[in-house]
Amino acid sequence: MARITMREAISQAMWEEMERDPNIFILGEEVGVWGGSYAVTKGFYDHFGAERVRDTPISEAAIIGAAIGSALTGLRPIAELMTINFAFSAMEHIVNEAAKLHYMFGGQFVLPLVIRAVGGGGRQLGATHSQTPDAVFAHFPGLKVVSPGTPADAKGLLKAAIRSNDPVLFIENATLYQLRGEVPEGDYVIPLGQSTVQRTGKDVTIVTYSKGLEISMKAAEELAKDGIEAEIVDLRSLRPLDIGPVIESFKKTNRAVIVEEGWKSYGIGAEVASRIYEQAFDYVDAPVVRVAQKEVPLPYNRALEQSALPQPADVVAAVREVL
Amino acid sequence: MDKQKYLELYSQMVLIRRLEERGAELYQAGKIGGFMHLYIGQEAVSTGLIAARQPQDRVITAYRDHGVAISCGIPANQVMAELMGKTTGISKGRGGSMHMADVSRNFWGGHAIVGAQLPVAAGLALGDKYASRDGVTICMFGEGATNIGYFHEALNLSKVWTLPVLWVCENNIYGMGTAVGRASAVSEIQQKAEGYGMEHERVDGMDVIAVYEAAQKAIAKVRAGSGPRMLEILTYRFRGHSMGDPERYRKQEEVKKWEEHDPISVFHAYLVENKKATIKELEDIEARAMDEVQKAVEFAEASPEPSLDTLFDNVYVEEV
Repeated sequence: MARITMREAISQAMWEEMERDPNIFILGEEVGVWGGSYAVTKGFYDHFGAERVRDTPISEAAIIGAAIGSALTGLRPIAELMTINFAFSAMEHIVNEAAKLHYMFGGQFVLPLVIRAVGGGGRQLGATHSQTPDAVFAHFPGLKVVSPGTPADAKGLLKAAIRSNDPVLFIENATLYQLRGEVPEGDYVIPLGQSTVQRTGKDVTIVTYSKGLEISMKAAEELAKDGIEAEIVDLRSLRPLDIGPVIESFKKTNRAVIVEEGWKSYGIGAEVASRIYEQAFDYVDAPVVRVAQKEVPLPYNRALEQSALPQPADVVAAVREVL
Repeated sequence: MDKQKYLELYSQMVLIRRLEERGAELYQAGKIGGFMHLYIGQEAVSTGLIAARQPQDRVITAYRDHGVAISCGIPANQVMAELMGKTTGISKGRGGSMHMADVSRNFWGGHAIVGAQLPVAAGLALGDKYASRDGVTICMFGEGATNIGYFHEALNLSKVWTLPVLWVCENNIYGMGTAVGRASAVSEIQQKAEGYGMEHERVDGMDVIAVYEAAQKAIAKVRAGSGPRMLEILTYRFRGHSMGDPERYRKQEEVKKWEEHDPISVFHAYLVENKKATIKELEDIEARAMDEVQKAVEFAEASPEPSLDTLFDNVYVEEV
């Protein structure tokens, strides 16, 4: 197993899949000649050519709409949105088209479509370029929403997304691109819709995903110094949501903290907490606590921005609150 | 065009008209729900346009789609059953009036958000180009859709990528109740194609032969690889925008004036005057259309409602 970055793992997954299946192609802003604005598709254009690595105009609705149309003809597009903040310009095609066409036409339309979008704050990009609106997209039946927290998961989940015959929104977090981890070489596929335990522990369950995993891991190390062993369940897929491992862990620890980078109101944590109360009420020893972004548009100033984003210290404090 | 083809076009226009009239009655009777947008007055557009396509050519349109569905070859039975929300409907009762499609007949819907189908059409055309197939995507939309961003993004992309799309604007003068001159910077929609370096033509949409001939030429040019182009087809809807339209925005005299150019009457006169058909032949066609619609209603009424335990069918392709 090689130790590579999240960026390399994502790139590797697409490269291997494109070598395997000529119907897979990439489209998006600056994915070709530029090599991807986050360099994820660096080298693809030279290797796969302009037909399969298609630079688009700055037209998000056209990017997603064209990806949908081409998927309907049997191609397997990977549409890259330069950032998830630009997905709002393509909302119609993500929500009213991609998520609904299979159902609405009685199963006739099949859309093997992947939309890759990078999100997250912490890079002083200001309010418009720093959002984590994952919950918004996870709201819609018909769409699958995936967001990995480790390089290995990124590779395995992206391969599964590319092979899926359903539309999948694959959300990356920009501050994780340099995160390194062991990644199996070759054909490594993780089924969509499976949560996993990333760290075992007996005292408290931390439920998280994506950037929240890194934050929670740091918090768990801190807590371990005091002899508190946190179990970390990584959701990996937000829709379909595999709540089983969360409930199983909670029944063991009876206490939970949910960590997400997005805003708390109407968020992933709200959903997970509800499911815990619905499915494991008799096991609750303390109210579930949510750690999330403060309810402001993210500011530019570094200190202000960091104060609004969830930090390992917030998770540590939340765990102490539920113990 | 041979005699048979003329009769087919007439037959299709009459079938659409009778189906729509019957649909309106059934809607009033509460047997059809939701929103319903009738094609009455515009029959020559889908009929002439789609008659000019080859089987490999894709058709995609907006929510005023019953006529287009018939022109693409969907049997009246399945259209009527969809209107009534039955399992035998073309979309299994999940789509309704605005969401009909038939992949086997290369009809890609039935898209109910104004302009949303245009970027999708670009993608359909991209699929054919990518696979080196010679299909042309025929994308229909109203003049109201030319004011939304999707139109501009899609036209631009289609030109930049030289996609095999024929953009077909059905200009029926009103986007709901707002006349084109009140909503669009230019009332002559074909001018918008200029901004994207596209060839374009304006066609009389009350004349099915004119539509057919213009479409045939345009489709051939797109198929030859010359890139996308636009037809603006001037037409008029005789009924309201949808079933609940008080029509305060136009005078009945205006409607009456257009009704003098009823595409079915115009074509009827043409066929008789030019001895392409006898009055008797056309009467027979009209009787058959009445009969077909009656049978479609009976078929739809006799068809089963979807079972409630199929509610979750087809949310995803794969089990979740």
